[in-house]
Amino acid sequence: MAAPEASTAAVPTLYTNNTLRNAFGGVLSFFILLLIGVLAFSIRLFSVIKYESVIHEFDPYFNYRVTQFLTKKGIYEFWNWFDDRTWYPLGRVIGGTVYPGLTLTAGTIWWLLNSLNIPLSVETVCVFTAPIFSAFASWATYLLTKEVKGAGAGLTSAVLLAMVPSYISRSVAGSYDNEAVAIFALIFTFYLYLKTLNTGSLFYATLNSLAYFYMVCSWGGYTFIINLIPMHVLLCIVTGRYSSRLYIAYAPLVVLGTLLAALVPVVGFNAVMTSEHFASFLVFIIIHVVAFVYYIKGILSPKMFKVAVTLVVTVGLAVCCAVIAVLIALVASSPTKGWSGRSLSLLDPTYASKYIPIIASVSEHQPPTWPSYFMDINVLAFLVPAGIIACFLPLSDASSFVVLYIATSVYFSGVMVRLMLVLAPAACITSGIALSEAFDVLTGSIKFQLPGVTSNAEVDAGETSSDTSEAQTDEVKAEKPDDTSKNRPLKKSKKKERELAENPPAKATAKAKAKAEKKRLLALPLEASVISLLLLVVLGAFYVVHSVWAAAEAYSAPSIVLTTRSRDGLHVFDDFREAYAWLSHNTDVNDKVASWWDYGYQTTAMANRTVIVDNNTWNNTHIATVGTAMSSPERAAWEIFHSLDVKYVLVVFGGLIGYPSDDINKFLWMVRIGGGVFPHIKEPDYLRDGQYRIDSQATPTMLNCLMYKLSYYRFVETDGKAYDRVRRTEIGKKYFKLTHFEEVFTTHHWMVRIYKLKPLKNRIRGKAKKSKLKTSSTSSSKRSGTKKKNPWQ
Amino acid sequence: MLASPALSDLVLSKVDRRIYLTSHIVRISSTLEVENAGPETVSKVLLAFPDLQAQNLAYLMASPHEAKAKVKVSVVSFPIDVVKPEDMPPGVTFYSVSLPQGLTVGASFTFDVLAVFTHALRPMPEQIGQADIQLVLYQDSAYYLSPYVVKVQSLSLKLLDSRIESYTTLESTKVQGSEIKYGPYENLPAFSSSPITVHFENNLPFAIAQELVREIEISHWGNVLVTEHYKLIHGGAQSKGEFSRKFQGPSAVRYLVAHLPPRAHSVYYRDAIGNISTSHLRGDSKKTELLIEPRYPMFGGWRTAFTIGYGLPLQDCLYESEGRRFLNITFSSPMIELVIDTLIVKVVLPEGSSDISAAAPFFMKQWQETKISHLDIVGRAVVVLEKTNLVPEHNQYFQVYYKFNRLSMLREPLMLISGIFFFFVACIVYMHADTSISKFSASYLAKQQWEEVRVAIQQVHNIICRCLATHDKLEASLRDLSRTGEVQACKAARKSTDGLLKELSKELKPLMTFLQSSPSAVQVLSKVEELVAKERELLEKLMAKHSTAVEAYEKKSGARDIENRIALQQQKITALRQEVDDLLEFIDEI
Repeated sequence: MAAPEASTAAVPTLYTNNTLRNAFGGVLSFFILLLIGVLAFSIRLFSVIKYESVIHEFDPYFNYRVTQFLTKKGIYEFWNWFDDRTWYPLGRVIGGTVYPGLTLTAGTIWWLLNSLNIPLSVETVCVFTAPIFSAFASWATYLLTKEVKGAGAGLTSAVLLAMVPSYISRSVAGSYDNEAVAIFALIFTFYLYLKTLNTGSLFYATLNSLAYFYMVCSWGGYTFIINLIPMHVLLCIVTGRYSSRLYIAYAPLVVLGTLLAALVPVVGFNAVMTSEHFASFLVFIIIHVVAFVYYIKGILSPKMFKVAVTLVVTVGLAVCCAVIAVLIALVASSPTKGWSGRSLSLLDPTYASKYIPIIASVSEHQPPTWPSYFMDINVLAFLVPAGIIACFLPLSDASSFVVLYIATSVYFSGVMVRLMLVLAPAACITSGIALSEAFDVLTGSIKFQLPGVTSNAEVDAGETSSDTSEAQTDEVKAEKPDDTSKNRPLKKSKKKERELAENPPAKATAKAKAKAEKKRLLALPLEASVISLLLLVVLGAFYVVHSVWAAAEAYSAPSIVLTTRSRDGLHVFDDFREAYAWLSHNTDVNDKVASWWDYGYQTTAMANRTVIVDNNTWNNTHIATVGTAMSSPERAAWEIFHSLDVKYVLVVFGGLIGYPSDDINKFLWMVRIGGGVFPHIKEPDYLRDGQYRIDSQATPTMLNCLMYKLSYYRFVETDGKAYDRVRRTEIGKKYFKLTHFEEVFTTHHWMVRIYKLKPLKNRIRGKAKKSKLKTSSTSSSKRSGTKKKNPWQ
Repeated sequence: MLASPALSDLVLSKVDRRIYLTSHIVRISSTLEVENAGPETVSKVLLAFPDLQAQNLAYLMASPHEAKAKVKVSVVSFPIDVVKPEDMPPGVTFYSVSLPQGLTVGASFTFDVLAVFTHALRPMPEQIGQADIQLVLYQDSAYYLSPYVVKVQSLSLKLLDSRIESYTTLESTKVQGSEIKYGPYENLPAFSSSPITVHFENNLPFAIAQELVREIEISHWGNVLVTEHYKLIHGGAQSKGEFSRKFQGPSAVRYLVAHLPPRAHSVYYRDAIGNISTSHLRGDSKKTELLIEPRYPMFGGWRTAFTIGYGLPLQDCLYESEGRRFLNITFSSPMIELVIDTLIVKVVLPEGSSDISAAAPFFMKQWQETKISHLDIVGRAVVVLEKTNLVPEHNQYFQVYYKFNRLSMLREPLMLISGIFFFFVACIVYMHADTSISKFSASYLAKQQWEEVRVAIQQVHNIICRCLATHDKLEASLRDLSRTGEVQACKAARKSTDGLLKELSKELKPLMTFLQSSPSAVQVLSKVEELVAKERELLEKLMAKHSTAVEAYEKKSGARDIENRIALQQQKITALRQEVDDLLEFIDEI
């Protein structure tokens, strides 16, 4: 150490200047990252500021309820939780069927805060979990992109991800859903994979398995990881990029990751049994074969090697064929080919609509439209191709991974609108790379062109909101071009530097030369660079404006509270909570409430009443029973509900105020799902010439079904005409009476109507033998048709 | 025990009763004129209520009649056992009122008694449809129940301006508008009674809080936070039959009004599932009026639960006397015409309070708890007061006295500051600590060597940079030459740069030898050497150019001629310079 110290004294000013600049760069990017975190967190608070700190939508209410249970009863009770307040009378084993990552995360945060004597409510913790994890996700994006293209691209990607509308839509404050933490876990797992791939460190490989474990805990989308990484490994092998680093990155992940994944109750043996995981095992075998081949190649002389290859290949092919044939036979023997319905509908987009109406009925499982791409990733859609090109210049292991990631996620997002969420980080990463490279080239050529002019580039760079440290250093360069020798960009962090130095020098030299060459060639004309810079800044500004708008307007509504702006100010429709509050205070705690499954989670969480079906659509028959009841005439419906011990029936009706996603609009799905199990419910009976209508042209089956009656009961008394504002028509049957149901509550705007099942009356027996015969015959015929499938009748 | 002769000694010379049935709380205001007909001075007067009424009695207060100063007579609310069963009829509860001064023989004294009853109106019929009006039944005695002889008495019942379904007709019964009058009756013996029943329409909402928990939290940073959790029920006639949104039931609880203290702020209104958006707040200097609507209109028998909360400025409620602080705040709910079955008031004092005591205007259960809140260590003292059956008349001020040191306020901020400080210290220590397990492992040594190499390379880099800077100086001198033509200055510049460069190359030597000797520098050594060589070459070229230029100037050749001569060299120099720059960049990135 003596020599360097002496020379430090000899050249003090320059040396300290450089370390200072290094430190300055580090501190600057640290603060930029901090600000990105703050941005990611605060842009998601619009919902709290505009509305209130409340859990949103449907699934989050279930997660909230589970978290409440966890914090109240503890972890062991949680694993063993059999919930008898849902799927009555079946119940549901929550502990074994839920992805526990989110709940455990929020529960841990809550426990930590409470042990520090900060008494936040569970609800508050749940509401803010998603924004906190979006900040984490943007940091993870920084790390991931840094592994691919350096810190500048990393910062740009992090900024983009912090406010990508697609991700905002799933992680606003209150959106307490699995995706909120899963996206962070996804990006972080990918980061650790690339980190391992770049360093070949077993430490990171272990961390990677742990991150993968967290992802498995959090979301069913973990299958994306366990398929994408093998694909990338295979790609690397095929393109001749096999290295020991690749082996270290992959083999521990499969072994440890699969073991850990099997620990999660909801996954369990699926981690080795289902086809979603087979790709990883196949590639696991392949990578071992390849590693072995490389090893043999090292030992043997080239000639011997050739002989050995021909020998092994002939024998090996035969064995492989046999094994694969057995595997295929095994897989093909199961009806779904070992794939779950959702995965199958990913591979074959028409699968769900053909066979599983319950998956197809969910709007977020539909394929997206083009405007939704523009809405959800905005200008990133245009930057992505540029980013892909940038990834090929030069193509490294890491950048090939990004290319593969974007390609697959584009496909998946095209199948299911929900998976736009997986595309968003990939789009942010590639766009970040594209923007950063563009800024690099443009500012570089300005600097190249204009060694004397300083102000121009400085102003441009100063204006960019998505400014990066790279642009920052370029700006500095442009400022003092006279002594360029003194000012060198501090692009790479310490670790990166070391890594680069460990590369063979020849390769590095070539790279550096190529880089310099490229710089010279890429020097654009000054005016063009300045204008393009300005245009990029405008593009970035457009993205920011759009994202803020999306966060503030499009995605901030909690959907349990609706608002409209009219001339006389803001109007609030709080009907859902009104109904749930009524249920929770004015019915017996053990009463069963039947409604369409959409409202199941909310009913159990907000009203604390037992429901028949809920949003966890695990039992199709049960849902079909409710669907059948809703599409049957009153008497038959009463019998079904009575057999299920239902006391109250809840319907959502938007006809008075024009709320479009009400039960009448969902009704055809009830008919379809009901008809799928109970064939006496036929869809054409409800359609007049293939058209779904509720006006005077509607079919008698439609006008007599329970859903119609419960929705429009006494509706005519509101305006005298019974004009439905959603369907924009007068209803078909205006005056009718309910014989087996009794209205007990209707909310202020008629959005939720609750009916009580009347007890069976004696007079029905004596009144008319004929009607009794008729009903009993219909019910018995139905019974005979459905005896096997519906145990409740 | 109470002296029995006193009973007969007193005579009520005049009793005037007014029963207000204008809400669901029954208020009986009586004016009693007591005369001492006995031989002794009497200081206590007994009030009697039948047990059925007594169990609903929420509030009893006696005050001197027409005393504008409103000196409140202490009300003793202890029930007295029946002393002489043969004298006292069963089923009567007695309350004794202590008079301000003893009543001398023959003297008389007039005072008012206000008795407030809850749950005294019985809905009849007990179940009504949603659109029906609500009828209630009130039962009482036409004669004043008293252990004393009553000379003259009268009774009037004030009803709402609405239908009277039926009422008991006795002698001298009059109906004037919404008022029913009985009496006057004269000279009735003790314990005489004559039941009357009034059946009338009362559509006022019967809002009853089955349980109310008020939490009053004092922060010495300037705020008193009040949180009130209500469990509300409509106590009127049960709703039956079908519901319809069209009919607004006349007796439904549609809204509640709370009169908050004048400077209340941060008011909120919510329940377990979130904010309730139907509320209005109006404020003036006298009071803040909060109008809240429950989530749904409450019909008979319906329940709901909600929470309201507000902050009050500390100086409005907290005072200091004799070294102790005391909180002075209203006891009961700010809602008007609300009956509360059970009220629990919790006063959360700041952490570090001591010497705590509570003073309330009426008897109630009291105990202390501890609550651990934000950043507490030992927890905050909580004074808990519990009382059942409350009416708005109970909304009086009560006091909680405690001692508190102002310095305790700083405890939590200091805790936070020190926490963050230690966090940073820990970070600094971590960053400077060497956490590697073995100091002799190969990788650790290699890392250390590499660090040294890096430093050396950094220095080489710096030196080369300085060399280049001197080159620039040389170039500058040439430019000066072409401008001014001063050959001497140029030569001087060259000499100085020569010196500088020599020094620099001297500095460079030990570094290069170090790099050559270091095993971990092998990879980069070639680069560094190339850089140094290139720099030498560049220098030579530059010197050559310089000499050529200077020579040419000395020979006074034409400018164009010089340029031509230099041009070739200049090209080479530019190329070299570029190479050196590239190399520098590469080395910098190591």
